[in-house]
Amino acid sequence: MGRQIKFEIFRYNPERKGDVPHMQEYILDEHPNMTLFIALNRLREEQDPSLIFDFCCRAGICGACAMVINGRPGLACQTKTKDLPGHIILHPLPVFKLVGDLSVDTGVWFREMYAKTESWVHTKKVFDPAKEEERMDNSVAEQIYELERCIECGCCISACGTARLRDDFMGAAALNRIARFVVDPRDERTDEQYFEVIGNDNGIFGCMGLLACEDVCPKGLPLQNQLGFLRRKMGITAMKQIFRKK
Amino acid sequence: MQTYYSDLLVIGAGLSGERVACEAAQNGFKATCLSIVPARRSHSSAAQGGMQAALGNSAKGEGDTPDIHFIDTVKGSDWGCDQEVARLFADAAPIEMRRLAAWGVPWNRVVPGQSFYFKGGEKFEKYEKEENEGLITARSFGGTAKWRTCYTSDGTGHAVMCTMDNRCAQLGIDVFDKKEAISLIHDGDKCMGAVVRDLRNGELEVHLAKATAICTGGFGRIYKATTNAVICDGGGHILAHETGLVPIGNPESIQFHPTGIVPTDILVTEGCRGDGGTLLDVNEERFMHIYEPEKAELASRDVVSRRMTEHMRAGKGVKSPYGEHLWLDIRHLGDKHISTKLREVDEICHHFLGIDPRTQLIPVRPTQHYTMAGIRTDKDGAVYGLKGLYSAGEAACWDMHGFNRLGGNSLAETVVAGGIIGAKIVEFLKGYETTFDTRVINAEIKRQQERIHDVIHGRNGKLNVYDVRNEMQEALMKGCFVFRNKDGLEECVATLQGTIEKARKVGLVSDGVGCNHELAAALKIEGQVRLAMCIAQAALVRTESRGSHNREDFPARNDKEWLNRTLAYWPMGADMPDLKYEDTTPLFELPPGDRGYGGGKIIPADEKYVKDRTVKSPVTEIGKKK
Repeated sequence: MGRQIKFEIFRYNPERKGDVPHMQEYILDEHPNMTLFIALNRLREEQDPSLIFDFCCRAGICGACAMVINGRPGLACQTKTKDLPGHIILHPLPVFKLVGDLSVDTGVWFREMYAKTESWVHTKKVFDPAKEEERMDNSVAEQIYELERCIECGCCISACGTARLRDDFMGAAALNRIARFVVDPRDERTDEQYFEVIGNDNGIFGCMGLLACEDVCPKGLPLQNQLGFLRRKMGITAMKQIFRKK
Repeated sequence: MQTYYSDLLVIGAGLSGERVACEAAQNGFKATCLSIVPARRSHSSAAQGGMQAALGNSAKGEGDTPDIHFIDTVKGSDWGCDQEVARLFADAAPIEMRRLAAWGVPWNRVVPGQSFYFKGGEKFEKYEKEENEGLITARSFGGTAKWRTCYTSDGTGHAVMCTMDNRCAQLGIDVFDKKEAISLIHDGDKCMGAVVRDLRNGELEVHLAKATAICTGGFGRIYKATTNAVICDGGGHILAHETGLVPIGNPESIQFHPTGIVPTDILVTEGCRGDGGTLLDVNEERFMHIYEPEKAELASRDVVSRRMTEHMRAGKGVKSPYGEHLWLDIRHLGDKHISTKLREVDEICHHFLGIDPRTQLIPVRPTQHYTMAGIRTDKDGAVYGLKGLYSAGEAACWDMHGFNRLGGNSLAETVVAGGIIGAKIVEFLKGYETTFDTRVINAEIKRQQERIHDVIHGRNGKLNVYDVRNEMQEALMKGCFVFRNKDGLEECVATLQGTIEKARKVGLVSDGVGCNHELAAALKIEGQVRLAMCIAQAALVRTESRGSHNREDFPARNDKEWLNRTLAYWPMGADMPDLKYEDTTPLFELPPGDRGYGGGKIIPADEKYVKDRTVKSPVTEIGKKK
């Protein structure tokens, strides 16, 4: 017989008249190999169908179920209850707009980020279906993929000190996105063009270096290395611009 | 109520949906995509393995051509596919892979020189040519003659999804997330768009369009054990099917993947076996080569799933609290391979099983995985029964997969079909003007408002939607899984007849306010049971075994009587599906024959029938040689 787990879950449905944010308790028997995905679905299906939360792939590859689990942002689907104490406290991610209970609106945030970073390959080349593909070194392809592994769960943003203080800070996910295009030889943007987007306090120079983004990233992306890489690159770009003006 | 207008409304923003939308937008049309989740969370992003396309760049893919890809696809389908469609697909796939490379996909590339690979646990070496350095490379997958699967490490779906979504952003396509279409607006002749529920606040809105495309993926979630994401619940199929005008093609053809992990049914990629992973039984001995000497672990999914089930029935399964399973062994592939090319697998083992695949075995068993069944379209992607309605990707039965899909062919289908069907939609839009009938629109809105009101207030009954769903899922698991027989299927149909009655009497426990999941579940439960019933009834009537459809009481593939496709209609107000049939394919480039694996007898089709439909083609010669 497993433990009984006490869940304390943040509740607020902005669409319900008179509802106020509060914490609500639930009790559930623990089963072997239980994840928060299994637990939350059981709570909704057996105890409280009004509970709002997001899951999609339930396998750690889509990023839908990020939430604050006992004070720390993480993916609920790949969190096993046996790794947690018998009292589990769940909050929605901060920074993002609340949809209800544990569900937040990451979709709009990330869509705005794509627009800001112009998240696509900028090239003047036109695709010719009759031609062989352009060659690329396999190590470069792997390097790009390393940075493209971001699942947009939002953990890094909600763990970021600067993002919590300032709405306009782009955050590690956006800077990592820029880094992805910087290493991609197909993207013809220059350092000066990237500087226009991230060479300011909303971008690369706003980071306080607290390292929480990398600590909480469920995919283990090298976010701090990318920040360092971009900051050096943008620092040099800034210096060049100063000298050129003279 | 908000009304949105566009030229093309795409329901679903996974790979096929976004690819269709890109094609329309590139040609100057306004395209809108709706998605239950942010586009990049679509189930397309979960595909780890890769996309098949006959580029022939890698050493083990040398000499590959679309003709050979076509042959593999037709054989893989167990001659259940539309050969015109398989041809369109195989020819377009290489171009589409190159297009994706130009758009930004970081495909793995050919590295020249010596390297090693595993096959059936044995180590082999290969040499990649200097002159091919930097071209798109390929890996091995089940059921193919050549290495043909293009990939980016083991995150192919994710990487391609990122690129496709970037392309949508670049083209200025509106991709609205947290929107769920709950019914189509149509006048019995043409489709005009959809009534949509906003999943942020629960409000209804109307999306009108000259053309509508349903690209919502599969419906694995009607099974209890499935590798599918929770959003793959048949919502898109239900929209089309409940009009009573649109048939579901081949509902009985549901694929089971050999390697779902136990107990959570999360998929570990076929790349594991492609890269040399082996299946072991309770004695930690290989067994696939006993059943399938030639292909062993690399036989097609239907065959491997069936052999695994047979082996477990022979008492060689591993007992566990969650039922019997077998082992997948990738230990011999080594740390470097596992931590780069199979990293997602490594993570899944770590997070969901708490094991290290470098030193430990992975518990696996066959699990529902893919629905070859789908909204029946013609080769242009136009849905039978309603003008202006299209479908692409897993949601559709375009029918290049027939009765079994080869690994790497579905992810490729999303973009290849998306491109082909997108172009056909552009042709349609160019020559089409329409009027929107406000009476029809308002009547549909009213119908949906009443439906929601009734469910929330328990006007039809107070049954719990989750209980009804469980009953349906268990009925399918019991009677309609890897092996099927008359008694099991009859029982399944009888159970589901009761379930559908219950589905009509569902009422909410909660208040249904805002982003309420219980309401979403309640609105689609009857449609889900209808789909389940179509599967079971079609499986009961089809007295043969073909691809993934295995009748223990009819083990032969019967081309004489069953070289056809099921079309399951659900007339308005009916209690059972109305099954009709059509020819599998209008022509044969590759006349029906033996697949070369899987065993089983074939009852041949009428010679004259086949001869009359066989066309001259390069593959007839290649096919004979094999």
